[in-house]
Amino acid sequence: MSESPAGHTHEDFALEQRLGMLLRGGVLLSASVTLIGGIMYVASHGNVPVSYHTFTGEPASLRTVGGVIAGVLQGDSISIIQFGVLLLIATPIARVLFSVIGFARERDWMYVACSLLVLALLSYGLVHGG
Amino acid sequence: MHALSFTLITLAGALLAGLIGALTGLGGGVVLVPLLTLGLGVDIRYAIGSSLVCVIATSSGAAAAFVREGFTNIRVGMFLEIATTVGALLGTVLAAYVSSSTLAVIFGIVLMFSAAQSLRQRVEHIAATEPGSLGARLRLASTYPHEGKIVSYGVTRVPVGFAMMFAAGILSALLGIGSGVVKVLAMDRAMHLPYKVSTTTSNFMIGVTAAASAGVYLHRGYVNPVLVMPVVLGVLAGATLGARLLARVHVKPLRMLFTAIMIALAIEMLYQGLTKRI
Repeated sequence: MSESPAGHTHEDFALEQRLGMLLRGGVLLSASVTLIGGIMYVASHGNVPVSYHTFTGEPASLRTVGGVIAGVLQGDSISIIQFGVLLLIATPIARVLFSVIGFARERDWMYVACSLLVLALLSYGLVHGG
Repeated sequence: MHALSFTLITLAGALLAGLIGALTGLGGGVVLVPLLTLGLGVDIRYAIGSSLVCVIATSSGAAAAFVREGFTNIRVGMFLEIATTVGALLGTVLAAYVSSSTLAVIFGIVLMFSAAQSLRQRVEHIAATEPGSLGARLRLASTYPHEGKIVSYGVTRVPVGFAMMFAAGILSALLGIGSGVVKVLAMDRAMHLPYKVSTTTSNFMIGVTAAASAGVYLHRGYVNPVLVMPVVLGVLAGATLGARLLARVHVKPLRMLFTAIMIALAIEMLYQGLTKRI
């Protein structure tokens, strides 16, 4: 196997480069969406009183992926911020999905299984809420 | 308080938390939760939800650079993420039964311990993998760049590391932190990975661990978008600034100051928790 500058196998090195780009891209995209939603919110609701001293829980529409997307389509600023948050939560999940593909290309089935197990646990948390 | 002033104050506080997190190498979570609860009177559940989102942002941003430089051991990370994600999901179940006061007390203890760890002298261990051990069967040994050369290292005591990672996952979900201190201890002390490999692999794993519990908390309504927005943007800006400063200025006096701040926050969290004010 060919060696990269870091001394790993060429395939591992290529996987690391792709994972790095994916992580950076995910964070930048999510921060941009959050910022846009935030500016829209402050511009329209800047004078609304806010308090987080007592826990009331968020409305159902902000607690599910479908509800957030429906809100984004209506141009709701709070839903757009929450969509940015969802993109951020999705970034490490996408990273694990990429690892599955990367390890499969290396025919490293033990690590394909490891990555799939982690992916299943993460999806369970996000879809079923634990 | 009105939304605009609250947003600006939170943004400034989060920027400071991100800066402290980057300069001490502890991430934003351990400073952010006390700042939100003690400083801004935010309910600890909202604070934990916001903090986990920030933990994903800072760890993913930093991991992007470390992975490319070849320090991160992706196999070690992937294998141990099984333990941290199971721990994190269990932590979200436990969180429903633990009172806010108890959470504050546990937080104070973890914060104190983290502050102590940030002052510890680093000793480099390089071990060989025992033939036939779990580490050998999982092919965890790798190489990393060190002083211009490529150094090989092995991995020992994988089951101990795995158990510690499970605990790190529970703490991460329960307190809304990355649990980097416990993760680094598991890899550096228990598994004898080189220090730089331990810290970067820990950082690589933190995003996945936090994503597991953040998904659950989003469903439970702990993630308030109006609160999260200034928090996540502030922490990201602070962490980016911190990373730039690390490369340029002598940070030792700053690190001492921040460690002192963390000890003060730990004492305040313990006091507020024990007197049931939180």
